[in-house]
Amino acid sequence: MKHTLVALAVLGLGASGAYAQEVVKLGTAAPLTGTQAHLGKDIENGVRLAIEEYNAKGVTLGGKKVKFEVQAEDDQADPKTATTVAQRLADSGVKGVIGHLNSGASIPASRIYNEAGLPQVSPASTNPKLTQQGFKGAFRTIANDVQQGQAIGRYAATKLGKRIALIDDRTAYGQGLADEVDKAVKAAGGTLTGREFTSDKATDFLAILTRIKSQNPDVIVYSGMDTQGGPMLKQIKQLGITAKFITGDGGCTGEIAKLAGDAIGANAFCTQPGLPLEKMPGGKDFNARFKKRFNTDVQIYAPYSYDAAAAIIEAMKAANSSDPAKYGPFISKVHFPGVIGTVAFDAKGDIKDGAVTVYQFKAGKWEAVQ
Amino acid sequence: METLLQQTVNGLVVGSVYALVALGYTMVYGILGLINFAHGDVLMVGALVALEAIRLIQTHAPELGLVPTLLGGLAASVLVCMVLGYTIERTAYRRLRNAPRLAPLITAIGVSFLLQTIAMIIWGRNYHTFPQLVSTTPLEPVAGVFITPVQIAILVVSAALMVALMLLVNKTRLGRAMRATAENHKVASLMGVDTNKIIAATFIIGSALAAVAGVMFSSNYGIAHYAMGFMPGLKAFTAAVLGGIGNLGGAMLGGLVLGLVESIGAGYIEDMSFGFLNSSYQDIFAFMILGIVLIFRPTGLLGERVADRA
Repeated sequence: MKHTLVALAVLGLGASGAYAQEVVKLGTAAPLTGTQAHLGKDIENGVRLAIEEYNAKGVTLGGKKVKFEVQAEDDQADPKTATTVAQRLADSGVKGVIGHLNSGASIPASRIYNEAGLPQVSPASTNPKLTQQGFKGAFRTIANDVQQGQAIGRYAATKLGKRIALIDDRTAYGQGLADEVDKAVKAAGGTLTGREFTSDKATDFLAILTRIKSQNPDVIVYSGMDTQGGPMLKQIKQLGITAKFITGDGGCTGEIAKLAGDAIGANAFCTQPGLPLEKMPGGKDFNARFKKRFNTDVQIYAPYSYDAAAAIIEAMKAANSSDPAKYGPFISKVHFPGVIGTVAFDAKGDIKDGAVTVYQFKAGKWEAVQ
Repeated sequence: METLLQQTVNGLVVGSVYALVALGYTMVYGILGLINFAHGDVLMVGALVALEAIRLIQTHAPELGLVPTLLGGLAASVLVCMVLGYTIERTAYRRLRNAPRLAPLITAIGVSFLLQTIAMIIWGRNYHTFPQLVSTTPLEPVAGVFITPVQIAILVVSAALMVALMLLVNKTRLGRAMRATAENHKVASLMGVDTNKIIAATFIIGSALAAVAGVMFSSNYGIAHYAMGFMPGLKAFTAAVLGGIGNLGGAMLGGLVLGLVESIGAGYIEDMSFGFLNSSYQDIFAFMILGIVLIFRPTGLLGERVADRA
């Protein structure tokens, strides 16, 4: 038995020596099944396009020509599954990970990547905590909720009205975002008429909305998901409240319009981290390449996952190695023109100058206004 | 003042849905001493079946008016839930009728999970938009209070169903048999009451009420999904305990009181506590009231009349 192993090892060594081209695997994890499957697939496709283009150009690391491959895993948008697939990626010898989509998946998975010494670049998770845990390998190419909260607060207080009521759903996302809105509103000279709370399982908001109505605000800021936002818009109308409504990316969906029915209109606003594709420096060209390769449109995250993969590969090139321990420190130093703009990270690992776009509901869909 | 009136209306609407669901809990408890935790999920099934039926009617008979379509959906949902209620009783609870109390309780929780999972397989995890057949646009405000046609419908339908149930229990032969079974199974059956039939009837009536509550809930909020039964189920159970579980009048009173306490609590808790507490304590406020009531009246608000049962 021992002899066979030795023989195999020798064979293995011989094999890797015989092929000049070395395979470097990159992992990507996102929900590939379930309600967010289209967004997860978008992330995977962005990564695929990036490595195929790098493979076509040819990358040489440590004197050897390398070929990149993708290992895509399905985290089902679930924290527990996310840790399982993170461990699977770490065990299968990937050199870096692009993922996950949901903050709730990225954060628990980041601990596993950190222990395995793997860099992780998330193209979509916006919760500030991801890059605040002291993990050297955690990065993101999308603006975080601090940046988003500031944008909501500033826009609400300067463009929509001075008196602002704030509601959050007491989740990690909702509360974190609302805290930033709170600060930004005050910084922009607005006043907070009141702060109310609900839960991510609630359907009835009449009690808190009635209270808000009595304080007569110009704007209601809701920090939570579309599944609560839809019924909330309905109840705002039901109580005859005329204040404007603005919500973050959790409510910046087509779903909220479906659930709100005729209660959503031009006085509804939302924000989304990042720029709309047509405003990205490399957006138009990227969309054409993406469509040609996958025969489908970019959803939201493909440019971010493309740039996330590019950041990892650029760092490898700078370090002249695909060893995570060697190229890892170089990720924080990358500085290159990506699809989304200049890709460079701050000390924590957040994208520098992360953009946030404000949308308004017009003629049945969200339209970028700023 | 306007705000207080508005909060009262909000509370009454929510409370009457709670009351309707609480009746189902309390009827079953009164007769079997069983807390049927699957009751909230029957509400969910009711809402989703109605949604499916309304979609069918709208595709195959779009010329039907709004109200007939809603009634069609409601009828389908009530029928399905009656069958469901009977099936649950027959398959899950009847065999355990003489088992220790814990066994049917755990079974009830199991049935609840089962219903949710089946609904998730059939209807998926997404929130569905429930068609707005009764308008949710507010009427001209009266004394500054906004109310929508669907809210008025909820108040009227709940009140009518509660009166009908009271009449059924207190004035009919079936009602007398139900009261007899509640008092003592064995003696009732010796007196010629078919207790199995009566218990099945109790489940069927309770499930029908839950179906109506489910349709009203979804019409009001415009949504339906597989986990929607949990919160109203929990609140209605609380309402039943608050009113005195096993007592029909208590369930109605408990539902209304809970709705009002929640609504007014969420609206005024911050002012009442001088900014120390806020609306994230909405549920705590409701349960605090429950705790206080139970300390002073352990059998609930109206529980004493059936003290030996409850």
